[in-house]
Amino acid sequence: MHARRRLIAGAAAAALTATVARALFAAPAERVIRVTAHRFLFEPNELTLTKGVPVAIELTSTDVMMGFSVPDFDVRSDIVPGQVTRLRFTPDKTGNFVFLCDVFCGSGHSGMSGVMRVIA
Amino acid sequence: MSGSIDRRDFLKLAGLGGVVFASGLGCAAGGYGPAAQEEFHFVQLSDAHWGFEGPAVNPDARGTLPKAIAEVNALAQAPDFIVFTGDLTHTTDDPQERRRRLAGFRDVVRALKNPNVHFMPGEHDAALDRGAAWSEFFGATHYVFDHKGVHFIALDNVSDPAGKIGDEQLAWLKADLDRQADDARIVVFTHRPLFPLYPQWDWATRDGDRALALLMPYRNITVFYGHIHQENHHMTGHIAHHSAKSLIFPLPAPGSMPKREPVKWDPAQPYRGLGYREVEASTPPPEYAITEFPVGS
Repeated sequence: MHARRRLIAGAAAAALTATVARALFAAPAERVIRVTAHRFLFEPNELTLTKGVPVAIELTSTDVMMGFSVPDFDVRSDIVPGQVTRLRFTPDKTGNFVFLCDVFCGSGHSGMSGVMRVIA
Repeated sequence: MSGSIDRRDFLKLAGLGGVVFASGLGCAAGGYGPAAQEEFHFVQLSDAHWGFEGPAVNPDARGTLPKAIAEVNALAQAPDFIVFTGDLTHTTDDPQERRRRLAGFRDVVRALKNPNVHFMPGEHDAALDRGAAWSEFFGATHYVFDHKGVHFIALDNVSDPAGKIGDEQLAWLKADLDRQADDARIVVFTHRPLFPLYPQWDWATRDGDRALALLMPYRNITVFYGHIHQENHHMTGHIAHHSAKSLIFPLPAPGSMPKREPVKWDPAQPYRGLGYREVEASTPPPEYAITEFPVGS
């Protein structure tokens, strides 16, 4: 009977340890940010991310084919009208970085950009 | 990506209307390419943006290109040919207006005394219809020609709205280069930079690295391009890249401002930052001496 109690107590302790370890060492949960593109604007055009926290930017276009590029993180994606495109990455540095449309989309294309703020 | 131009390559000569830049100094052992090459010179004009309207930026938007053409016609020595490296017109979402602007540009440049003119598209001309309207007026968007011992390659990195050269054209480029000797004198014309000058402002070609990889085995390559509305001189390995000034408005130096916005017109210095260049090709060694001319010089 004592042996059985010790076994249960041991199992419970192991489960607790695993839970604590997961809480302490698991990767931070992915954050989702939705961005809508239309000629010639991103909405929102200022994004705030946290260094080390993975992000999924959900991109949609309401009119024409666009691009979403963040050269400082070497990530980009096409944005196809009518589809949701997820751009996943984990920012590894802090600062303010430009994101821009890199698919020529019309007369206002050259001004179609925004700022990505990555905080600690 | 490699570094900037060495100071010893940069020559300032007085009395020639601008800065002279010696380029294409890469040929070492192994000779200087085929014999019987002649010296010659050509003129590069770029980024005329015909149809642009913005008095704060250029109150003489319809007069600047004709002024530059008159100045080219008056050069002391007539160039062998003239090349326009893209953005002949300012972009418009209206296909009919695009054609009107292309026709207007064509009519203005008919004033050039030298009829030997090579045209290239920029993204403003070609990216919204994959070069369809532009080709109606000026033909193929990528092509080659030879002149006095130099092989010229005009690469189209703008008709694809993604700013790519594309698999098909890269295969065409490779096939053309396969026919050239390792020491052939080759000049490449593009609109966008082939190297990632400043991708944050879209100053790059998405698959430019693939083009550079194809060009790299050739010892005597020089690239002339436009797009960034200012002079820039850069080396990727032994390949020199020279961007040209615009004929409508200057843009700020890469990354020097939060946004890529045209430099405002200065009434005290009209046409400041606008210009064109003359390139003198000589050999041996294979070299391109660049003389920059401000509009109004």
